[in-house]
Amino acid sequence: MSKTQPLVTIKGTKDGLILSLNDMCSYHHLIAELREKLSVNKKHYQEGPLISVKVQGGNRYLSKEQRAEITEIIRSQKKLFVADIETNVMTKDECEEKQRKGQLTSLTQVVRSGQVLEIEGDFLLIGDVNPGAKITATGNIYVLGSLGGIAHAGVEGDHDAIIAASLMKPTQLRIGDVISRSTDDMIEYGNPEQTMACAFLDSSYKKIAIDRIQSYFKRSKQLARL
Amino acid sequence: MGEAIVVTSGKGGVGKTTTSANIGTVLALQGKKVCLIDTDIGLRNLDVVMGLENRIIYDLVDVADGRCKLNQALIKDKRFDDLSLLPAAQTRDKSAVSPEQMKEIIDELKRDYDYIVIDCPAGIEQGFKNAVAGADMAIVVTTPEISSVRDADRIIGLLEQDDRLKSPRLIINRIRSHMMKNGDMLDVDEIMNVLAIDLLGIVKDDDAVISAANKGEPISLNPSTAASIAYRNIGRRILGESVPLMSLDDKPSFIVKIKRLLGMR
Repeated sequence: MSKTQPLVTIKGTKDGLILSLNDMCSYHHLIAELREKLSVNKKHYQEGPLISVKVQGGNRYLSKEQRAEITEIIRSQKKLFVADIETNVMTKDECEEKQRKGQLTSLTQVVRSGQVLEIEGDFLLIGDVNPGAKITATGNIYVLGSLGGIAHAGVEGDHDAIIAASLMKPTQLRIGDVISRSTDDMIEYGNPEQTMACAFLDSSYKKIAIDRIQSYFKRSKQLARL
Repeated sequence: MGEAIVVTSGKGGVGKTTTSANIGTVLALQGKKVCLIDTDIGLRNLDVVMGLENRIIYDLVDVADGRCKLNQALIKDKRFDDLSLLPAAQTRDKSAVSPEQMKEIIDELKRDYDYIVIDCPAGIEQGFKNAVAGADMAIVVTTPEISSVRDADRIIGLLEQDDRLKSPRLIINRIRSHMMKNGDMLDVDEIMNVLAIDLLGIVKDDDAVISAANKGEPISLNPSTAASIAYRNIGRRILGESVPLMSLDDKPSFIVKIKRLLGMR
C-alpha cells in the first residue's frame, strides 16, 4: 500500500471536523492511520472548545463493532466528539427495516375487543377500533372510523408520532412513552365532538393534546406522510 | 345437507340456552328437521328448558367416546314432527370432547337434519372451541349491557378469524324498552354501531320467558307473547324471509288497537 494518498483526510469546517476515510484499503490500515493522524495533532484536540466530528466512510460497510471502535478512538481525544458516522453502504436487513418503518400499512377491518394489531411504520385503519382492542404502530396512526380502544403511536419512542381518528373516544392514548387516559388529562383545543380529531404530544413532550386535524396541520406545518 | 348454527355470546346469563331452545322450536314449527345440541358439558340445561330432562339415557360424551350410537343418544321431542336433542354430559367437563369429535358428530347429523342448533357454553375456552368446530354459521346473543356487548365483540372477533364460518349474526336479547327510551340502556343503534354485524332480531325482556322455561316448554310454543313473536320472526329470517324488526313501543298504537278490535293481528 503506497503512502502517497492518505487514507484518512481531515477537513476543518465551520461546524467542526470532517474525517474522510478511504474505502479501498484494509480496515486494519485505516485504523492504524486514524490513530496516527489524531495523535500527531494531539495538542489541538486536548484543549480549547469541543469540536464535533463527522466521519465519512464512503463505500465501506462499517459494522457496529467497527463504528464503536472508531468512536472510541476519536473520543480518546478529549475535545473531540462524534456527531455522526455515515457510509453509503447498509446491509439488506437494515435496508428492509428502514423500508418497513417508513411504509404505510393499510387494513380494512373492525379491530374488536381482545384483538391487538402491531404495525411497523405508519398505520391506516379503515374501520373501527372497538373498546377493549389495541393498535400500535412505530409511526403514526390514522383511523378512518371510530377509535374506542387503546392506540399507541411511536411505540419505539417517536415523540413526533400522531394519532388521528374520524371519531376520537379512546380508552387510552399513548404516544412514545406518554400515556393519557380518556380525555381527563389531555390538553384540548375546542373540539367537544371529538370528530376528525388528532392527538399529538405538546411541545414539552409530556402531555398528549388533542385538536381538530385541520388546525393541527395548520399549526405544526407538518404534512401528513399519507 | 343441513346447516349447523352455533348460538354463542361469551358472557354467561344472556340467554344462549333460551335462544337455542326457541330457535330450534320455531324452525321445527316451520316444518324443518332440527337437532339441538347442548355442548355445555358439566352444566347442561338445554334439556331442562326443553322439558326433556327425564328422558336422557346417553349423552354427547357417550357418543364421542363410542359407548353408544348417535341415534341412541338423540331424544325425540314428541311435541314436534321432527325435533331432537343431543344432551350434554353432566358428570364430566369440557375437555371430555375434542373439536374433531364434535365436527364428526355434527357432520353425521347434517346428513339427516335441515338445521343443527348448537348451544355454546359461556367463555372462550375449550367449550367454545368445541361448539364452534362443526358450525357453519354463528348467532351471537347479547343484552343491552356494556359488559355483554364487550364480550360479544370479543367473540365476534374470534368467530371472524374462522374462515369456515359465515359472518356472524346478532340477536339482542332482554330489551327493556322503557329503559332504552330513557337512555338508561344501550339502544339498538349504539350496539349495532359497535358490533357492526347483521342484526338477526331483537327480543324484549318478558316474564313469560322465565315461566315458560320453568315449565319446560319454550316460549315460542305460545304465540301470544311478544318474545314468542320475536323468536318466530328470527326463525323466519334464518329461513331467508325478510321480516321487519318489531317495534319497541310498549303501548300499542291507535291503529294497532283498532286492528285488534277488528280481529286482525
